Amino acid sequence: MDFLNYAFMQRALLAAVLVGITAPAVGIYLVMRRQALMGDGIGHVAMTGVGLGFLLNTSPVWMATGVSVLGAILMELIRWYGKTRGDIALAMLFYGGMAGGVMFINLAPTGSNANLTSYLFGSLSTVSQSDVTAICLLAAFVVVVTLGLRRQLFAVSQDEEFARVTGLPVRALNLLTAVTAAVTVTVAMRVVGLLLVSALMVVPVAAAQQLSRSFTATFVIAVAIGVSVTIGGTVTSYYQNVPPGATIVLLTIGAFIALTALATPLARRRARAAAAARPAGDPVECVIPATRGAADEVGV
Amino acid sequence: MGEPVISLRGVRAELGSRPVLRGIDLTVHRGEVVALLGANGSGKSTAIRTIIGQVPVSEGEIELFGTDRARFRDWRRVGYVPQRTTAAGGVPATVTEIVTSGRLSRTRFGLLRKADHAAVRHALELVGMADRAKDSVNALSGGQHQRVLIARALAAEPELLIMDEPMAGVDLASQQVLADTLSRQVAEGTTVLLVLHELGPLEPLIDRAVVLRDGCVQHDGPPPRALGQHALPGHDHVHPHEPLHTGLLS
Repeated sequence: MDFLNYAFMQRALLAAVLVGITAPAVGIYLVMRRQALMGDGIGHVAMTGVGLGFLLNTSPVWMATGVSVLGAILMELIRWYGKTRGDIALAMLFYGGMAGGVMFINLAPTGSNANLTSYLFGSLSTVSQSDVTAICLLAAFVVVVTLGLRRQLFAVSQDEEFARVTGLPVRALNLLTAVTAAVTVTVAMRVVGLLLVSALMVVPVAAAQQLSRSFTATFVIAVAIGVSVTIGGTVTSYYQNVPPGATIVLLTIGAFIALTALATPLARRRARAAAAARPAGDPVECVIPATRGAADEVGV
Repeated sequence: MGEPVISLRGVRAELGSRPVLRGIDLTVHRGEVVALLGANGSGKSTAIRTIIGQVPVSEGEIELFGTDRARFRDWRRVGYVPQRTTAAGGVPATVTEIVTSGRLSRTRFGLLRKADHAAVRHALELVGMADRAKDSVNALSGGQHQRVLIARALAAEPELLIMDEPMAGVDLASQQVLADTLSRQVAEGTTVLLVLHELGPLEPLIDRAVVLRDGCVQHDGPPPRALGQHALPGHDHVHPHEPLHTGLLS
């Protein structure tokens, strides 16, 4: 546990835990809306923010937050108003964001593609005290939204059309989800990197689904997986000198595979338990009725 | 006859550039059960979706409980069952979790009180799904999905139920459960507007049928009686010769 003596590792672990909580907490709503790759798109757009941060000599984290929030709002607007070829508009946003990032960072006097790499794939040793402050504030926002508005976000993500008839402000909640996802991307940027952040939003949720039957359980298990793999990945990268982002993502995928393997016998046991709970008169096997009745579903 | 609960006057709507509703007049009075019938593509679902504001209206007026739809905010009075074959989403959810989202219109900031939990339980009892409350919706049959969707609409204890093909993909036994549930609601004074492909077990409940054809009202009056083999129990209404309609109007 000697790594806890280093200030940079303390900062890195704190950032890692916050990422492990926030990324799956937002990701679950994106997965529900079948927008699992939205985090990836925002990550591309955030690169322009990082580049601008270097160019204007301001904090890349706050700049990336601003640009990715704008990008996320733009994506949501395209989803509303884009009647045709919304995917083309999104593609332009993604690649424009990436190209903008590379361009700005090369124009910046202090920047080079080497700086960009630490944002693309994450770098624990470069997490500064001001980064940690920013990450804490942003993570607090994400937790307040994803937990405080969980019933509303569940309803809107589950069935948008129905949510409208319950009088929920559907558009405002959709925008809030997009903004929260954008904020999460910048929270995770320093630890797992912009190109890998989406994995931490989606894979823990997919892994949790293998075990859970309810939304609440999926949420809790996904966050637990998120925190375990971010801490595990950070510590592994300290001892083995491997990149933290890649380690975390590979661990997450490992967790997914392990839970999927576990899920099959678990489902079988649940089925047996359900069969045992049936009343005695209720046959487990199918019974073919001796005669046909009028209620049989047979086309006449 | 009670006051109008839903009122459409000269409603026109387009999907893309194609006119789908071409001047619809429809009034549903308090306590009435009105069925909206018509072939695939006749505009039944679009008419329902203009009422709830999901499809914009290019011309005409819509009022809910006497208020212009654009200014209508009292959504707790309306229960909606959208056309779905499943209640499941991208993430597992229990029957209770889904039905609870129907109660949000009666809560403040989504905070559930004792009465809200009781209303959700009651809605599940109404559709005969109380014993499945904690089960994942992924483990349900088609008819049970539909019952969950109806319980979700009933959780807000609405005065008006709007249902889009609630019987689609539902086996006969479940259809009967749904018909019984609905008749209890109607007996308590709930107003109902529902899209149906055929009347089926709901027939005795229907006060009036409105038949749409190509976006116009073709018939507004007593429900048409099923004739010949259509009237037989268990008749499976399939038209193999009919071209398959997919997309928004199906």
